[in-house]
Parts: sequence; structure tokens; C-alpha cells
Amino acid sequence: MGFLSYLISGLGLGSVYAIIALGYTMVYGIAKMLNFAHGDVIMIGAYVSFFALNSFGLSLPVTILLAVTVCTALGIVIEKLAYKPLRQASSLAVLITAIGVSYFLQNGAQLLWSSSTKVFPSVFGNGSITIGSLSVSILTIITIMTCIVVMVALTLFINKTKTGRAMRACSEDKGASTLMGINVNSIISITFAIGSGLAAIASLLLCAAYPSVFPTLGSMPGIKAFTAAVFGGIGSIPGAFLGGLLLGIIEIFAKAYISTQLSDAIVFAVLIVVLLIKPTGLLGAKQNEKV
Amino acid sequence: MEKKKNIFAALFGEGVRNRTFSFIIVIAAYIILESMRRSGSLSSLFTGLLVPICCYVIAAIGLNLNVGISGELNLGQAGFMSIGAFTGISVSGCLASSLTNPTLRLIVSILVAMLVAVIFGLIIGVPVLKLQGDYLAIVTLAFGQIIMSLVTNMYLGFDENGFQFSFVENRTKLAKGGKMLLSGPMGANGTDRISTFTVGAVMIVLALLVVYNIMYSKSGRAIMAARDNRIAAESVGINIARTKMLAFVISAAMAGAAGALYGLNYKTLVPAKFDFNTSILILVFVVLGGLGNMTGTIIATVVLVLLPELLRPIADYRMLTYAIILILTMIITNNPVVRKFFGGLKLRRDTAGREA
Repeated sequence: MGFLSYLISGLGLGSVYAIIALGYTMVYGIAKMLNFAHGDVIMIGAYVSFFALNSFGLSLPVTILLAVTVCTALGIVIEKLAYKPLRQASSLAVLITAIGVSYFLQNGAQLLWSSSTKVFPSVFGNGSITIGSLSVSILTIITIMTCIVVMVALTLFINKTKTGRAMRACSEDKGASTLMGINVNSIISITFAIGSGLAAIASLLLCAAYPSVFPTLGSMPGIKAFTAAVFGGIGSIPGAFLGGLLLGIIEIFAKAYISTQLSDAIVFAVLIVVLLIKPTGLLGAKQNEKV
Repeated sequence: MEKKKNIFAALFGEGVRNRTFSFIIVIAAYIILESMRRSGSLSSLFTGLLVPICCYVIAAIGLNLNVGISGELNLGQAGFMSIGAFTGISVSGCLASSLTNPTLRLIVSILVAMLVAVIFGLIIGVPVLKLQGDYLAIVTLAFGQIIMSLVTNMYLGFDENGFQFSFVENRTKLAKGGKMLLSGPMGANGTDRISTFTVGAVMIVLALLVVYNIMYSKSGRAIMAARDNRIAAESVGINIARTKMLAFVISAAMAGAAGALYGLNYKTLVPAKFDFNTSILILVFVVLGGLGNMTGTIIATVVLVLLPELLRPIADYRMLTYAIILILTMIITNNPVVRKFFGGLKLRRDTAGREA
């Protein structure tokens, strides 16, 4: 294992973080809230894919479709039931509600499917491609490719479609958007739907790499991806992409060259240093103070 | 007659009523619970919860100073509790033979724990002065994670030759009669359980005294001015960095003290106890109790610590019910109609003081 191979596995892990971070950053950009339940949507996606593959023996494309559909619906329902009544409330109240939703999903999953770990079936096989002395697993390649596809599709969607333009308008100024005839509520729902759908894709990639499914599965990737979103500048889509990739690379390098046990501490220490130098993240919009 | 009225005004007049009320609640609760405990009419479950409740109350009061009064979201309060807990356990462990009076040893341990928490508060406080809003929140979260990760990898032993410390791997070689104070992910084992409910109650009263003294003093008004309008506060000569730092460090000290009390209440304590979820738990106490409202924080803490226990009859569903109660409480208390109805109770909207 050399530098290059660490770099590639870092990119693989970072791609998963990036896809999750996109969910955080989009919701933050438009609804101005930290959706702490996002990690648990990943967990639900993982369980849905697990049962689809294992118990119902569905094929991979059908499983992906099913997981994305369930998570998207879940995202919309959560937003409508828990967050919509708090549109006018303080950001802390929304944060606590999101934590409540997170507890609800975790404990609900524990009740329904028990807390014991389930082994996720191998979906992409164990194959790898060897170029010279470098060996890259198929899974890593699929993960990176998925991330690129998601990124390109999302950028096109945000920049080229009418809905995307409405989303950008909402993130700038909700009041003015309403006056321009944009239905802010439905834009927020669409944002949650996209974020949760991406979480479902991330859950499959995550479980393919770490094949165990349990009720608190989403917590740590959730925190890391949230960190990645802030790292890149929360609210910025390219920022989430960049932040996710960098976080994955830093984590793998820290594990490989410094210490496995301390890798989390190193990741968070790098985050703090970056925020001290660039207080709004790598690609975050500069906050102008109104005097 | 005149004098009596003055005393009444001093205790229950406009502005002090809430403060007096919170002291009365704490002292009354202490007297009732302590007499119940002594007469043995308190179930063992609730007796066991007395000290942890005190710890959470102290940590929550500290966090409320930070989040409610100073307006900075802190997601790493458990990190300071962790520092306090393992410092307290270590101090108590190495003083076990030289200081035999358990209460005195507890007090010394708590004081040292507070001191260490203050030092960390000062170090971590530096980014607090540079960042705002959600970026600050993520930095406190990151510090909480770093502290947990570091404590999980610390090995500290103590024998006749002094301390032995190693990191990541356990390389301590203790002489006979030596004692492991910290053993990595296993945390602390065989701690003397010297925490008492009385000390906990006294600490709550002290914490309230400190917070109220700050809130109703010049520095407190400066802290709140900095929260409500940073620029305006700066323009009248308030040193924003200093005031924010003051609130942050006092909050850290309280969390450290709470942690020491908590750590010395259990025979074994693992570092993973003070994870992100614990930070969030304390934040929930503060937000449900009301930002800047100490009485509310105390009540919310007691209710929310007891709630899972009270829900025990529905066993499997208790945490699910807890989550639903949490969500419903937030939605109902933030409903405009309900808010209007309770308008007289001065529910404050968006006291987090985020700048738009």
C-alpha cells in the first residue's frame, strides 16, 4: 500500500461523506437548519436495502430505487410533520426537534429490527482492477463514479432548471422569493426530498464498504459529513463536495501514517485549524456584517 | 414594618422573584429528598439518580450561561464534563491514602477538576472569539470529539514512584501496590464512590449564585449586550472577546465540577459516556428549560432525567415515547397561538441571538 492507493481509498471514503454532506448543506442553505436526523435517514436507507436484498431477494437496481423512494418519502414526511410547524421558531428549537427526530428514528429502528448487527450482503463483489503495482477495488471506483455523477447532476439541476433557480432564490431571500411567486414550502420539501434521496444512495455505498447494519449506524458518518459540510463552507454545494473528499483523504492518511485510534481526533483538529484560518469554511460565502 | 417590607422586596420584588424562587426550589427539594432518603422511603432507583441529576443540573446551568446568556451554541459540554470527571477521579485516586476524609477529598478533587476545565476552556475559548454561529457550534462539537478521543487513548498509573503516563498503548509498569487511574477505553475502574447528594445540592446553589451574580452585574449586562447586538455593544466599548470568554470559561468550569461529581459517583466510568449524545442531552435540558431561565433549566433537567425512568412500565417504547414528547414539546411551545396565550410568562423568541 503506497501513497497513491491511500489517496484513492481516501477519495472513496470522501465520496460517501460528500454525498451525505450534500444533504446537510442543501437543507442548511435553504431551510437554514442543521438537520441532525440526516444521519438516521441513512440508517433507514441501509435497513431498507438490507431487507430488499436479503429478505426479498430483489435485484440491485430495484433495491436502489426502493431505498431512494423510501428515504425521499421519509424526508418529506419528517419535514412536513416535525420541521414545518417550526418555520418561525428559533434555530435552536428546530435543532432540538431534529435531535428528537433522530432519537425517534434510532429507537424506532431498534424496536422494529432489534439492536443486533445485521451483515449486509456483498453487492459489488470483491473484484479489483490492477494497474501496474496499484490495485483499486471495484467498490471504490463505483463510489467515486457515483459521487461524480451525483455532483454533476446536482450542479446541472441547481443551475439549469427552473426548480433549481427557485432553490437558489430561496436560499438568498425567502421573503423576496415568495413575492416572485415561488412556493417556498414546496421548495423546502423538494430540498429535503433530494437530500434524503442522496442519503439512500450514500447508505448503499457505506454498507457496501462497511457491511454491518445497526440502529446507530448513521450517527458517526452523519457527524463526519456534517463536519465535511462545514469544512467546505456550509450552504455551498461545491464546498460540500470538496469538504467531503478532503475529510475522507485526511481520515485515511491519518489512519495510515499516524494512528488508527487517533484518526478522529486528527480529522477534527484539521477542521478547527481550517476554520481558524478561514472562518466560513473553504468555499463558504463571506459573512458581511451589517452595521 | 418598614424594614420587613424591604426584606420582602429584596427577596420577592420585581426582578429578584425568579432568583429567590429558584433557590427556594433547590433548597426545598434538597430537604425533602434528603429526609426521604434518610428515612428510606425513596426507592433505590431514585436514590441512585440523586447525584447524577445534580451533575446534569450543574452542567446545564453552565451551558445555559453559554447558550442562553452569551448566545453561543456549544455542542461540546460533555467534553468539559469528561475532563472534569477523569481529572477528579485521578486526583481522588492519588489522594486516597493521604486525605482520608471523603468529603474533603471530594471537594479537593472537584476544585482541581474545575481548574483543569478552566485551563481547557481558555485554550478552546480562543476559536470561540474568532467564530460565530454554526461554525462555532461545529468547533465545540469537534473539541468534544477530540477530548473523547484523547481520553479514550490515555493510560495513567500511580504508584510509590509517582505517576506513569502513556498514550495510545498501555506502557505503564506499576510497582506493587500501584493503581491504574485511567486505562484507555476502559476508563476508570475501582473508583471510591465519595460523591454525596449534599455536596451536589450545595454545588447547585453555588452555581446559581455565580450565574445570577454574573447575569445581574456589569459583566452580565455586557455579555447580553454582546449577544443581542455585537456591533452596538462593541461601539459602546464592550470588549466582546473578553465577555464571551468569561461566559465560556465559567460554563466550562461548571461542567468540569459536574463531571468530577459524576465520575466520583460511580465505581467504573468509560470515556465513551461523555460523547456527542451527552452534550446534546444537556443542550436539550437548556432549550426545553428556556434560554437564560435557570429555574426552567433545573426543572427541565429533573423531568427529562426522570422521564425515561418513569416510562419504564412501557419498557421497549420508552425511548420512542421520550423522542415523541421531545418533538411535541418543541412544536407546541413554539406554536404562535400557544405563545400568545402564555405571553404573560415572557417566553422569549429567538434568544439565541444569531445575527441575521
